[in-house]
Amino acid sequence: MESIPILKMGDVLLVTIQVDMHDRLAITLQEDLTDRIASTSAQGVLIDISALEVVDSFIGRMLGNIAAMSRVLDAETVVVGMRPAVAITLVELGLSLRGVRTALNVDKGMDLLRASLRSPAEESADGTDEG
Amino acid sequence: MALTKDDTIPVHSSEDIVWVRQTVRTWAVELGFGLVDQTKLVTAASELARNTVDYGGGGTVQLEALNNGVHRGLRLTFEDHGPGIPDVELALHDGYTTGSGLGLGLGGTKRLVNEFEIESRPGEGTRVCITRWK
Amino acid sequence: MAKSRIPSILYAYEEELLEEWIREQLASDIWRGDLLPESELRRQSSEFLGALRQAAESDNLTDIMTPQWSEVREILTDLSRSRVQQGFAPWETATFIFSLKQPLFTRLRQELEQDADTLANEYWAATVLLDELGLFTTEAYQKSREAVIARQQQELLELSTPVVKLWDGILAVPLIGTLDSARTQLVMESLLQRIIDTEATIAIIDITGVPTVDTLVAQHLIKTVAAARLMGADCIVSGIRPQIAQTMVQLGVDLDVTTKASLAEALRLALQRSDQTIIRKSRDAAGG
Repeated sequence: MESIPILKMGDVLLVTIQVDMHDRLAITLQEDLTDRIASTSAQGVLIDISALEVVDSFIGRMLGNIAAMSRVLDAETVVVGMRPAVAITLVELGLSLRGVRTALNVDKGMDLLRASLRSPAEESADGTDEG
Repeated sequence: MALTKDDTIPVHSSEDIVWVRQTVRTWAVELGFGLVDQTKLVTAASELARNTVDYGGGGTVQLEALNNGVHRGLRLTFEDHGPGIPDVELALHDGYTTGSGLGLGLGGTKRLVNEFEIESRPGEGTRVCITRWK
Repeated sequence: MAKSRIPSILYAYEEELLEEWIREQLASDIWRGDLLPESELRRQSSEFLGALRQAAESDNLTDIMTPQWSEVREILTDLSRSRVQQGFAPWETATFIFSLKQPLFTRLRQELEQDADTLANEYWAATVLLDELGLFTTEAYQKSREAVIARQQQELLELSTPVVKLWDGILAVPLIGTLDSARTQLVMESLLQRIIDTEATIAIIDITGVPTVDTLVAQHLIKTVAAARLMGADCIVSGIRPQIAQTMVQLGVDLDVTTKASLAEALRLALQRSDQTIIRKSRDAAGG
């Protein structure tokens, strides 16, 4: 059964989605990731979607689910690399992905994770500015 | 209005949904749509294809490349003979879908296209027709 | 019903009709000799008349949307397009067709003066045909003009929505003028692309130059902010004048983003957030 590789870098799990996933593959990823977070006691999850040309409501919900589930397992999730066309479309679609922290790329995503791991009490729940 | 290209593909499985996305993307590129418009159309197609599979028991999508003299366009007609949508108005309402994991994503999908038509009769099936003009 | 005499007249008298027609066009009050040389008019008229003759041979003089008339339609569409580009007005363009009536009617009368009934029918047939062609030309002209305007608007939009890098990781978008959906789309796309290019984490959208902010404009702003956020960049909206603030409160608009009154204050905040500082050099530092 095909699946998406999950890399472990220290206490962060890195997932790079490079294929146009069909629904079952997405569900498998969700499950695999949850298992790995639990089994490795990972503290952070970095999902790189820079190769995704389309993110529809199913994938959007998957990302939200992963963020929620990892939080329950005491890990932070950051989604990085969303393409402009995808961001514009998601906003129009009405998917705000509340609860999912985002960063521009893997580097910045890692910075964000490390910052939150260092001082979790100082960060707000979803990392966005409350103004 | 000239119809320059016409094709119908089956939509029964989640692999079909991926195929629909890729086919719509190819057609949109051929018709000269910009990247953002392509993405909106492909995403809309993905939403409707998924509805057809998940709620319609499978069906078809007809792709039509259009030309109305000034603009080129792409029309997609999703059709199934499933249980139908009892309350179309409700399904179009945004609250039906956002974030809750339920719902058909119709309100959002409507915003991604220029023309949106839906016909549904409980017990007979559903037909959704979307068009995006360049 | 008897076959129309128009096709045979077009065939037999093509040259004479062409000359008389061109003379009609040149003699007209609204002829724009300054926009089109006579040689070009001659070429266009000749080409059209030839195509008209051929299409008329099909015996269908009432429906010009059929395949037999496609060449005629193409010629008229191209003609309209070039007339738009040359600066002709719509009526000046349609006159191309309508000025053909007089020469054609003259020929019809010559051929059929003994037969008043047939002459009346043929006048009618000719009128209907040329009116249809004239209308088609006008519509083609309109569509062309709309396409030109659309293109110009696009160019204007692109020129008037710059995204500037203020500092490391900080972008600014000074919006000037009204925000419609086309403009917003363009701003959004430019901004998001620049965010990637410059690896910016903060974008300041300055609306000092935006005259009014109604619910629609606010919606556009909210969408832009939301899209940037999805990509990992935060936004600050600056330049909110007191009147705008009032309007927004009255309309119940909640921008859901940090706002600052001026671009300067927004920059200060952005620097703070990105852990950067500007230090003023001390005045009495003689040797640094």
